[in-house]
Amino acid sequence: MGRKLLLEHIDVPGIESFEVYRKNGGYRSVEKALKTMSPQNVVEEVQASGLRGRGGAGFPTGMKWSFLAKPEGVPRYLLCNADESEPGTFKDRYLMEKIPHLLVEGMIVSSYALGCNQSYIYIRGEYMWVLEIVEKAIAEAYANGFLGKNILGSGYDLDLAIAPGGGAYICGEETALIESLEGKRGNPRIKPPFPAVKGLWGCPTVVNNVESIAAVVPIVNDGGAEYAKIGIGKSTGTKLISACGNLVKPGVYEIELGMTVEEFIYSDEWCGGIANGKKIKACVPGGSSVPILPANLITKTAEGVDRLMSYEGLAEGGFATGSMLGSGGFIVFDEDQCIVRNTWNFARFYAHESCGQCSPCREGTGWMEKVLRRLENGQGHMHDIDLLAEINKKIEGNTICPLGDAAAWPVAAAIRHFREEFEWHVTHPDEAVKRNFGIASNHMPLV
Amino acid sequence: MVKVIIDDIEVEVEPGTTILNAARKIGGDVVPPAMCYYSKLQGSGGKCRTCLVEVAAGSTADPRPMPKLVASCSTPVMDGMIVKNKTSERVYDNRAAVTEFLLINHPLDCPICDQAGECHLQDLGFEHGKEGTRYEEKRRTFDPIDIGDKIKLHMNRCILCYRCVYVANQLTDKRVHGIMHRGDHAEISTYIEQAIDNDFSGNVIDVCPVGALTDKTFRFKSRVWFLKPMEASCECTKCAGKAVVWMFGDEIYRVTGRKDKYGEIEDIDGKTAWICNECRFDKKDKSQWNIEGPRVINRHSVIAQNQYLVDERLESKKLTGK
Ligand SMILES: Cc1cc2nc3c(=O)[nH]c(=O)nc-3n(C[C@H](O)[C@H](O)[C@H](O)COP(=O)(O)O)c2cc1C
Ligand code: SF4
Ligand code: SF4
Ligand code: FES
Repeated sequence: MGRKLLLEHIDVPGIESFEVYRKNGGYRSVEKALKTMSPQNVVEEVQASGLRGRGGAGFPTGMKWSFLAKPEGVPRYLLCNADESEPGTFKDRYLMEKIPHLLVEGMIVSSYALGCNQSYIYIRGEYMWVLEIVEKAIAEAYANGFLGKNILGSGYDLDLAIAPGGGAYICGEETALIESLEGKRGNPRIKPPFPAVKGLWGCPTVVNNVESIAAVVPIVNDGGAEYAKIGIGKSTGTKLISACGNLVKPGVYEIELGMTVEEFIYSDEWCGGIANGKKIKACVPGGSSVPILPANLITKTAEGVDRLMSYEGLAEGGFATGSMLGSGGFIVFDEDQCIVRNTWNFARFYAHESCGQCSPCREGTGWMEKVLRRLENGQGHMHDIDLLAEINKKIEGNTICPLGDAAAWPVAAAIRHFREEFEWHVTHPDEAVKRNFGIASNHMPLV
Repeated sequence: MVKVIIDDIEVEVEPGTTILNAARKIGGDVVPPAMCYYSKLQGSGGKCRTCLVEVAAGSTADPRPMPKLVASCSTPVMDGMIVKNKTSERVYDNRAAVTEFLLINHPLDCPICDQAGECHLQDLGFEHGKEGTRYEEKRRTFDPIDIGDKIKLHMNRCILCYRCVYVANQLTDKRVHGIMHRGDHAEISTYIEQAIDNDFSGNVIDVCPVGALTDKTFRFKSRVWFLKPMEASCECTKCAGKAVVWMFGDEIYRVTGRKDKYGEIEDIDGKTAWICNECRFDKKDKSQWNIEGPRVINRHSVIAQNQYLVDERLESKKLTGK
C-alpha cells in the first residue's frame, strides 16, 4: 500500500463534517502554525518540502510564495484554483467533495504563511454541488473559530469566500481567473506584471491549485523534510491521479511520486489493467494538453528504462518520446480506440474554449478542429496531415497564455506517433465513418 | 535613459518604453506593424500578435536571447536589449502565419470595403500574403448590423483587435458594446443590437484597423483615393473641433479624426483629438468648417493617388519641348 497524506481518512464515515474531521486530527496544522510558527517558518517548511504546484505546470510552490511582493499597506490575496476543467482531470473535485475541510484547513495555513486576510476559492461553475459542500465546511470552520477574527486567539484574521466560475476552461489560467474574480470577462492578462506583483485588484496575489493547498497541511503537520522523503528526485510527496479511459478500475488515486507506470496501470491496488482483456494502445498521462504516448513508450522510456510516475519520469525523452505529468489526468486508450477521433475530440474542446483574444490561438484552434473533423469524417486529404502539423507550429509559443500550446501539443504528438492512422483515414474514408466504438455516435454534422 | 538596438540601429528611450514605441522613435521599416495596439487606448495591445519580434539579447545584465518571439507592443525595453524585426526570418515567417490566420475569417472584399486604402490588414496581406489560401473550410459569416443610425458593423471583417471595445470603455458612458462568445465564434456586438448612443461613439470607426465598423453617412459613397483630405476646424463645444474633411470638389464626403502615420488619432494641445459625433456625422457642409489646407499624405499611400506633385523639371521639358 502506498502512503497516503491527502486521502488517508477519505473512507472514514462523515469525514466531510467538521466534527469527524477534527476527531481524525483535522486542523492540527492551523493550531501548530498559528501558535508555534511564524508565517516565514511555514513558507520555509513548504520550500523544504519540495512541493511542486499540482495544477499542471509543476512550479515549486515555496519558490512561488517567496516571490510574493509585500508592499506596506496593500492587501495580499491567496486564490485557490478549483476551476479544474482539463479533460481527464477530476482529482480536485474528488478531494473537495469527499474531504472539504482539508482544503479549508490548507487555505487557512497558506493564507497565514502569505499574510493574507482575505482568500478566495474559485470553483468551476459546473461543480455546484461541490461548491455547496465546501461552503458548508467554510461555515463550520467559522462557527468553530478557525475562520474570522482572531483565529484561535492568535490575533490572525482571515475571511474565506467562494467565487463560482462561469464554466469556462480559460478561467483556470491564473490571470484569467483573476479577471473573472474581478467580475470581468475571463481573458488572460499579458504578463508581466505577474500576479505575485499585481494580481487581484492590482494587489500581490498567489494562485494555487486545490491539491497544492491541501498538501500544505501534511507539510506543516509533519515538517517539510518528512514530506521531501517521499517521492523521487525533484518530484517529492504524493500526487492525486485521476485515471480514466479503458481501465479495469478508473478512479482517483493518491500515489507516491516515483512508482512505475507499469505498476500504476497493471497492479490490482491501482488501475487493475486494461478493461475487457484488451491491449493498451496509447496513454495521455497528464490531462488532455500533454503529448500522447504510444504503447511502446508508456511503461518504458525510449532507452528501455522503466518509466516512472513523476515530473521527470513522464517527461523523459522530451517531446519526441516523452510527455508530462501535467495535472495528473491519466487517460488510457485500448487497441480499439481511434487516435484521430480522440485528437479531434480534444481539438474541439480547445477550439471551443480559446478565449479568442490572440489571433494564432483563436483562428488556429478553430482551423485545426475543422481539419480534424473532416479527417475523422472521411473527408480529409493527405496534405491535411502536414497542414495540421504546420498550424500547430505557428500557434505554439506565439500566444498570450499557454492555452495555445495546450491545443497544439496533443495534435503534434498524435501525428508524430500515429501518422499512419491519420493516413488510413484518408485512404479508407468509408470505413473511417462506419466504425463503431461501442459508444453513442456524436459525430458532429459537417457544416 | 536606456539604450536598445533595433535592426542594428541604436536608440535611447525612457525606461519602461515598449519595443514598439522605441522602434517608432527610429521610424521607417524597423517599426513592427500593429493591428491591436493603439497608444491612445489604455490596455490595448498584446492580442493580434502581428508585432512579434525576436529579442536576440535581453539586456546588458542578462544578454541571453528570449526563447519565444515577444509582442513588441507590450514588452518594455531593457538597457542593452538587441531586437530583430525586419532582420529576422523567424519574425517574417511568424508574421506571415499571423497574416494567414487573420485572413482565415476576413473576406478579401477590398473592392467594396470602405477601409480599402486605409487598411493595415491589406498592407500585411500585401507584404506577407500568398496568392492562394490553404483554408478549405467554411468561413464564419454574419449579416451586417446597424449599431445605431450612424454606424454599421460588418462582423465578417472584424479581426477582434478589441480597439473599439476600449473606445467604448474609455470614451463612452453606459457601455453596451463588447465581445460576446469565445474562440473563433467570438463576435463584437452591442447588447442585443442596442445602439451605441454617445457623443463620442463614432470613434470606434476611426480605431477599427479593418473595415468592420463603417460610417453610415459615408459608406459606398466614394473611395478614399478619389477624395481630397483637408485639415479643417470648427467651433465645437463637445470636442476640439479639429478634424480631417474628405472632399470631392466642394462637397464634404466624410469627416474623420486627424490620424498620424500609424493610423492613430493625433494629440493636439496635449490631448488626443477624438472628435465628437456631431462633427463626424452632421457637419457635412463646407460652411460649417474652416478649411485650413491639404493634409500631408505619405507619397506611397494609395490615398496620394491622383494627387500629383508637379515635377518642375518635367514641366520645363514640356514647355521647351526638349
Ligand atoms: C488554459 C489553462 C487552464 C488552466 N486550468 C487550471 C485549473 O483548472 N486548475 C489549476 O489548478 N490550474 C490551472 N491552470 C494553471 C494555472 O494557470 C496555475 O498555473 C495554477 O493554478 C497554479 O497552481 P499551482 O502552482 O498550485 O499548480 C490552467 C492553465 C491554463 C493555461
Ligand atoms: S492563447 Fe488562446 S486562450 Fe490564451 S489568451 Fe490567447 S486566445 Fe486566449
Ligand atoms: S470591429 Fe474593428 S475595432 Fe472592433 S474589434 Fe473588430 S476589427 Fe477591432
Ligand atoms: S499590436 Fe502587438 S499584439 Fe497586436
